[in-house]
Amino acid sequence: MIKLLWLIPTLPFLGALILILTGSRLSWRIAACIGAGSIGLAAILTILVGYDFLASGKEAYLHVAWNWFQAGDLSTTFSFYLDSLSMVFIFVITFVGFLIHIYSIEFMQEDEGFSRFFAYLNLFVCSMLILVLADNLVLLYLGWEGVGLCSYLLIGFWYTEEKNGYAARKAFIITRVGDTAMAVGLFLLFTVFHTLNIQDILTQAPLLWTTGASMAVVIGFLLLGGAVGKSAQLPLQTWLPDAMAGPSPVSALIHAATMVTAGVYLITRMHIVYELAPLAQLWVGIIGAITLLIAGFSALTQFDLKRVLAYSTISQIGYMFLAMGVGAWSAAIFHFMIHAFFKALLFLAAGAIIMALHHEHDMFRMGGLKNKLPVIYWTFLIGAASLAALPFVTAGFYSKDQILWLAWAGEKGNLWFFLAALTGAVVTAVYTFRMVFITFFGEAKTKISHVPGMRITVPLMVLAALSFAGGFIELPHTLGHFTLFSDYLSPLLPAVTLKEGIETTEWTIQLVTAVLALGGLYLTYILYVKQPQLSNEIKSSTFELHQFWFRGWDFDALYNFVFVRPFVFLSRINKNDVIDQFYTGLVQITEYFNSAFVKTQNGVLRWYVMSIVVGAILILTISLFVQP
Amino acid sequence: MNALPIDMGLLLAGVLFTLGLISVLIRRNIIFMLISVEIMLNAAGLAFIVAGSRWAQADGQVMFIFILTMAAAEVSVGLALILQIYHQLKTLDSDAADKMNG
Amino acid sequence: MAFYIASIIAILATVMVITRYNMIHALLYLVVSFLAVAVIFFMLGAPFVAALEVIIYAGAIVVLIIFVIMMLNMKEESVEQERKWFSKNIWIGPGILALVLLGELVYILVTSERVLLNNAVVDSKAVGMSLYGPYIIGVELCGLLLMAGIVGAYHLGRQRRKVIHRFLEKTEE
Repeated sequence: MIKLLWLIPTLPFLGALILILTGSRLSWRIAACIGAGSIGLAAILTILVGYDFLASGKEAYLHVAWNWFQAGDLSTTFSFYLDSLSMVFIFVITFVGFLIHIYSIEFMQEDEGFSRFFAYLNLFVCSMLILVLADNLVLLYLGWEGVGLCSYLLIGFWYTEEKNGYAARKAFIITRVGDTAMAVGLFLLFTVFHTLNIQDILTQAPLLWTTGASMAVVIGFLLLGGAVGKSAQLPLQTWLPDAMAGPSPVSALIHAATMVTAGVYLITRMHIVYELAPLAQLWVGIIGAITLLIAGFSALTQFDLKRVLAYSTISQIGYMFLAMGVGAWSAAIFHFMIHAFFKALLFLAAGAIIMALHHEHDMFRMGGLKNKLPVIYWTFLIGAASLAALPFVTAGFYSKDQILWLAWAGEKGNLWFFLAALTGAVVTAVYTFRMVFITFFGEAKTKISHVPGMRITVPLMVLAALSFAGGFIELPHTLGHFTLFSDYLSPLLPAVTLKEGIETTEWTIQLVTAVLALGGLYLTYILYVKQPQLSNEIKSSTFELHQFWFRGWDFDALYNFVFVRPFVFLSRINKNDVIDQFYTGLVQITEYFNSAFVKTQNGVLRWYVMSIVVGAILILTISLFVQP
Repeated sequence: MNALPIDMGLLLAGVLFTLGLISVLIRRNIIFMLISVEIMLNAAGLAFIVAGSRWAQADGQVMFIFILTMAAAEVSVGLALILQIYHQLKTLDSDAADKMNG
Repeated sequence: MAFYIASIIAILATVMVITRYNMIHALLYLVVSFLAVAVIFFMLGAPFVAALEVIIYAGAIVVLIIFVIMMLNMKEESVEQERKWFSKNIWIGPGILALVLLGELVYILVTSERVLLNNAVVDSKAVGMSLYGPYIIGVELCGLLLMAGIVGAYHLGRQRRKVIHRFLEKTEE
């Protein structure tokens, strides 16, 4: 069964191919069958392959499909590499992807571009699978750019509105900045190792570099640049909130569960390089810490339901970066998985709410949905609880607690990381339940137009179950000490070495985390349910700050000032293309002479004779008086 | 008979040629232009004969015969063209035949 | 002496050719000019060519042109037309150019060394030997040229005939 690994990315690709080639000629029923069916088959195959893989007990399985190209030293194959890390990713991609496809069937049913939507979505899943299964960095880059392309296509899916196209271009261009850094990193890797095969690089790196080697640090930073672009971390985070212009399932799949975590995957995959480059790794953590705070505070002020979730996604990926920064690789991957479940759930539920309320995005116009949409309420609540990391029952608590603990106790952890993560936890709880209270409590402000059907509620319930129960596969020392997930990843990803004599504080940390999360919840309850006027007062008293956070810390304005305007200015100067002037000049001279000589061809015979005579006299004169 | 200097013969050829040239340039009547070309060809032939006489060789005369042949062919084709132009344009004005900008 | 007389006659006749308004008058002067040049040829020791000059230039070509003029049936108004085209200003440019050219020719003749012509006669036999000896290719090319001239003259000289039809009126070659 494991031999069929190549089919997992191929099935979505075939689905996309069929949908693209047939265009909109298929009925929505058949298009849905192909679109969702291909992912469903891939998901089933993933289980079978995963079972085989676990049963075989091997560390990795390599499937070489064909030789892609060969140039000098570089031999690039189309080959898929399955190990425990990519196993987690393909599991999440195919399963969450499948649920989102099911959901999309109902969500997009009325849309004209139904078939197009599924084609893009399938192509995205295919690219993402290639990304995580790639055996070499070139293939990984193919998937990397493939998901970028699909992200662009899907953000701008409703392309008739100008702002959607703008958001799509913004996402594409900003991630391209990171991708360029990553490409340079790949070139450097090739010059050092003369191969781009990931496993070869990872085995050779410790032999070639000592810890802290400058080349390792440079490469670490360049790859971090790529990861930062894709995962919407500081300083390239500005595209993600605008990317919410796409349909909700897209936000759930691409901009929450899978694509934005590609950066996490890349850094984890290359973790040996980062272990050798402590400076780069430290910066991974610093970027994560700052991003999670900035995005968390911005999330506090948003009123668009999906933008809250977008900032929350940035913030949660910040947690993953923080975890990677302290070397807690398996904690980062664990949080990635749990986050994929609950964030996909939240986005899908948000999408269902927005759909139910005539495409109303503004939370303050929702309200009172608790009794009207009970299924969505309960599933959303579970997702929100998981996001806010309510203690002991939710999966989010276990994944986030692990990060907090390791940020404190890990060898590379420090107080600042811990404080940032702790503050972030409180902020997360506040903005999450602010969202819940505003949306579901209070009085109804908009009428419900569409009650979600089975295709929407079932994926929500499955995801809710996963966000609830997913955490129990990894329990901390203090609560049962059940380490299925990290054991599973342990051959690949090293465990964190703790500071000495710090184990005893674990209880305290957990207690603090739990109390803070609950405290945040209680605070929100007071502010938005008990005494709503209080929140308005806070808002008006800190209006400037509120607006500043609302605009995402003015990063857009900053970039507009620093990059966009000078660029536009320069391009305006160079509108006529200075270098091209020379060539257009040549053309103009030629045309000038042409028009001048055209006049001489006037059809008057005597004029021609005259010209011949003048020419003859000239030549005669020259030959007479100019002696060689 | 006194021996002639070669200059005189060539000078005569040059003068005749120049007269023909002036005529080509000033005439608009296309038949006159043809006649002028004949004058010029004849002058060129004269120059060949003078040169042939200078070396007492037959080559000059051979060249004259070639020029003569060429002139005959040119006149026949030229006259046919003149007839055609006259039928098309109802005039012998060479300036009127500028429609093709050739 | 005879050379100079013939030369002067040739030049004067040519001047008359280029200044006539009447085409027939011009052609008669042209015949005089050709005859004078034929005399010069004879004196330069080329009797065969002198004969050809008289037969072909003064004879055939001029007669051909006269035929065409008669075919075109030029009337008095063509003389008037010619007179009208013959303004004073038109002489200036060509005159200057021709003088420059003539001046350069004279300069060349003056600066080159003076050589006297020998009056040896090159008879038609020598010319024939030369023509059908080293110049045979030239002769063949001339034959080809004349052939082309005949075909071209025939083709160009054809008149378009008008065809009268019951329904259609069209021109046909």
